[in-house]
Amino acid sequence: MGIWFSLVALAALTLLGLIGANVPGLNYVFAVIIPYIAITVFIVGIIVRIVIWARSPVPFRIPTTGGQQKSLSFIKQNRLDNPSSYLGVLGRMALEVLFFRSLFRNTKAELKEGPNLTYGANKWLWLFSLAFHWSFLIIFLRHFRFFTQPIPFFVPYLQEIDGFFQIWVPIIYITDCVIVAALSYLFFRRVFDSKIRYISLPSDYFPLLLISGIAITGILMRYFFKTDLVAVKELMLGILSFSPSVHAVGLSSWFYLHLFFVCSLLIYFPMSKLVHLTGIFMSPTRNLANTNRMVRHVNPWIDELKMKPHTYEEYEDEFRTVMKGAGMPLDKEESHVS
Amino acid sequence: MSLKMKPEELAQTISYKPPKKHWIDNPVEYKKGTYNYGGNPESLKYVHQPNPRKWQPYDEDWKLPENWKEIILEGFRERIDKFRSLKLFMDICVRCGACADKCHFFIGSGDPKNMPVLRAELLRAVYRKEFTLAGKLMAGMAGATELTFDVLKEWFYYFYQCTQCRRCSVFCPYGIDTAEITFLARELMNLIGVNIDWVMTPVSNCHRTGNHLGIQPHGFKDSIEFAADDLEDLTGIRVETPINKKGAEILFVIPSADYFGEPHYFTLLGYMALFHEIGLDFTFSSFASEGGNFGSFVSHELMKALNAKIYAEAKRLKVKWIIGGECGHMWRVLHQYMDTLNGPADFLEVPKSPITGTVFENTRSTKMVHITEFTADLIKNNKIKLDKSRNNHWNATFHDSCNPARAMGLFEEPRYILENVLNNFTEMPDNTIREQTFCCGSGAGLGTEENFEMRMRGGFPRANAVKYVAENNGVNLLTCICAIDKATLPPLLQYWVPGVEVAGIHELVGNALVMKGEKERMTDLRNNPLPRKEVL
Ligand code: HEM
Ligand code: SF4
Ligand code: SF4
Repeated sequence: MGIWFSLVALAALTLLGLIGANVPGLNYVFAVIIPYIAITVFIVGIIVRIVIWARSPVPFRIPTTGGQQKSLSFIKQNRLDNPSSYLGVLGRMALEVLFFRSLFRNTKAELKEGPNLTYGANKWLWLFSLAFHWSFLIIFLRHFRFFTQPIPFFVPYLQEIDGFFQIWVPIIYITDCVIVAALSYLFFRRVFDSKIRYISLPSDYFPLLLISGIAITGILMRYFFKTDLVAVKELMLGILSFSPSVHAVGLSSWFYLHLFFVCSLLIYFPMSKLVHLTGIFMSPTRNLANTNRMVRHVNPWIDELKMKPHTYEEYEDEFRTVMKGAGMPLDKEESHVS
Repeated sequence: MSLKMKPEELAQTISYKPPKKHWIDNPVEYKKGTYNYGGNPESLKYVHQPNPRKWQPYDEDWKLPENWKEIILEGFRERIDKFRSLKLFMDICVRCGACADKCHFFIGSGDPKNMPVLRAELLRAVYRKEFTLAGKLMAGMAGATELTFDVLKEWFYYFYQCTQCRRCSVFCPYGIDTAEITFLARELMNLIGVNIDWVMTPVSNCHRTGNHLGIQPHGFKDSIEFAADDLEDLTGIRVETPINKKGAEILFVIPSADYFGEPHYFTLLGYMALFHEIGLDFTFSSFASEGGNFGSFVSHELMKALNAKIYAEAKRLKVKWIIGGECGHMWRVLHQYMDTLNGPADFLEVPKSPITGTVFENTRSTKMVHITEFTADLIKNNKIKLDKSRNNHWNATFHDSCNPARAMGLFEEPRYILENVLNNFTEMPDNTIREQTFCCGSGAGLGTEENFEMRMRGGFPRANAVKYVAENNGVNLLTCICAIDKATLPPLLQYWVPGVEVAGIHELVGNALVMKGEKERMTDLRNNPLPRKEVL
């Protein structure tokens, strides 16, 4: 059901995009107004999200420790999986964000005859996930040649590395192939792995389809249905310098579709699970040092936990007779003596 | 305790194929042997918890307050504002499924709602319905559900089928910690009196008598003295039994099972022998006669109230610092919560071993040292004499208890000790130890008789790894540093791997410890005849 819903949603977006491209009066709306709305929603939405998270305090320091703690001098600490310093936390976070360290641990539990349980390494999700995210990032960075003049210094380097194999004209980018393969893997595992299908919601299929839509329209434009890149760049520079103009010439339907998908993603982003982008940086089980017994962590609302502990005085009052009988020291007696 | 199903039969009931019907439309079924009884009203009253009444989970009517939904939703909103963890974990899960087969309850039951991701989704579905726009507008598509009695029943069932072990959190790319979600879900249910007796009665006991078992001060004293008698029989040496002694240097806090349960008791003997041997100036406390904290299985408020007695007693007895015994969830609370809950402990001194002079810098704020940290340091500095051969009848492996593993990172200290007190040691397979360790399946208050089948299921992955080393390496002893383990691993192993026993680290220390002036030991601490020194 979730799959169908997502497919229908994507079809609806496609239709809208095509209308935008082909109804002359709507060109301005789809090429200028919607991008402005999308960028605004994205930026404001992400900020609001972060602010809302940040408003909730971190009441306790609860890192999940993945290695040896810092304790005795002769025991070697695992500084990355169980950091006790700011630098260690930075390292741990860098590993998580850049290389998906935790996902790399993934195993697959299997129950065999015996009964015997086995936990084989299972790195496919990690591999394709990382491939997807990195190619997404590189493709995004390559797009800066459309957004700025002069072209930023890193773009030519990226293009050169990405086009390393130098096959075909125009040269095929490795990331274009990788992102399609990775997206396919991520989508089809949701469809065919019964466990993953069982936990999937429409909001899990939809972003994969939408990003695939972006990637496929982009690839089609680059390799098959040429678009006037000068016009594209003019449009983008116009938007980004707040003096937009639309030259309808050269901007194909493919381009309108591509742009409209990107705008949809930008708008969808802040209200969806895609906010894991910023969320991961705030995750208290990962971004805190395991200095729990070294440095006190303060909870701003601790005094709202009002229940009064049972005091020793109350305890002694209740049990004085038996304590006395057992010859145990008593506070009240002592206070008489001294 | 027993289960009619044989282990092989139980294993055959496990299938990882999810049912056809979507989980939201699949109401929970309470199966005998897989849930815990409701909290006793007297216990709830004693600790002033809401809605004390007689009820059972299998009753049609849970006798909830009329406005129970509002209470829960209000509480939910409040906790979203108080816990960034909760808010974030509700928002960022991508349902990648990496955590799915990491939970011992899923592995042992195949019930898809025991996948950590779905356990959390039970709460998330209501969160989306109540607190997000998409959930309000199109519930079905956003995976949102209204909070109904059926949903509550599901919460109760599955949030009391999570031992808060945090294994899922190790594997989640964002560190989403289902233990934290379970903690808060249980706290929400507690607002309307939905909790379990095996948590609430120990909590109430502990509040009153200082320990979960409800042992009164003279009973505590008797137990400790009884242990000293036993030690005297075994070693010929009379050890000290200081209790509530003002001005001692160190307060020693242990889980109550150590002086009332077996095999915990042998660990207690080990501690006492060790402290005597090194001449430690310490004291037990009958008031802080519990290091464990069942409050941490139900609410932050109860956790704080129970935990308070440790610092209070340290202050009253004017000790300099504190050592804590072998217990898992106890150390979760001591390590990650105590200082925040009841600190600062500015009336104590930074712990410094009076024997070796080592300053425990890693505890400079909390001032509480784990017993294995303390003992490892003694051994490193050659302060005690150990005869490993006295443990030659054991071929041991080590179970990393969840909390010291994933909420502390206490891996090498116990292993270092084991290396020095024991000749025969084998690790279990890599994916089942250290940060990837498997839970005993009975933690977080779930270790009851009525929950026996679920415990055997949840403990299956742990037991299976033990079976592996028992069969391949002849392991006959599972060591651990947790009181709940010591109570629940024996029946687990009895079921899955008969013949393997369970012991604390300090039991083995006590066996190996060569004491000044001791008589020749004929048995180990549990009265097993010692392996005779090979006579030529
Ligand atoms: C700091 C940056 C980011 C990090 C560390 C990160 C990390 C991850 C990880 C570990 C996963 C889980 C594995 C998986 O299911 O593929 C994931 C999933 C996903 N991420 Fe990201 N991500 C980041 C940014 C982004 C961005 C910018 C997007 C693009 C719009 C994105 C889109 C997705 C999607 C669609 C999924 C779900 C894949 C699926 O459903 O199978 N992520 N991310
Ligand atoms: S591993 Fe984390 S993100 Fe993935 S499904 Fe589990 S909780 Fe969600
Ligand atoms: S904390 Fe442990 S018991 Fe709970 S869901 Fe995670 S793996 Fe399962």
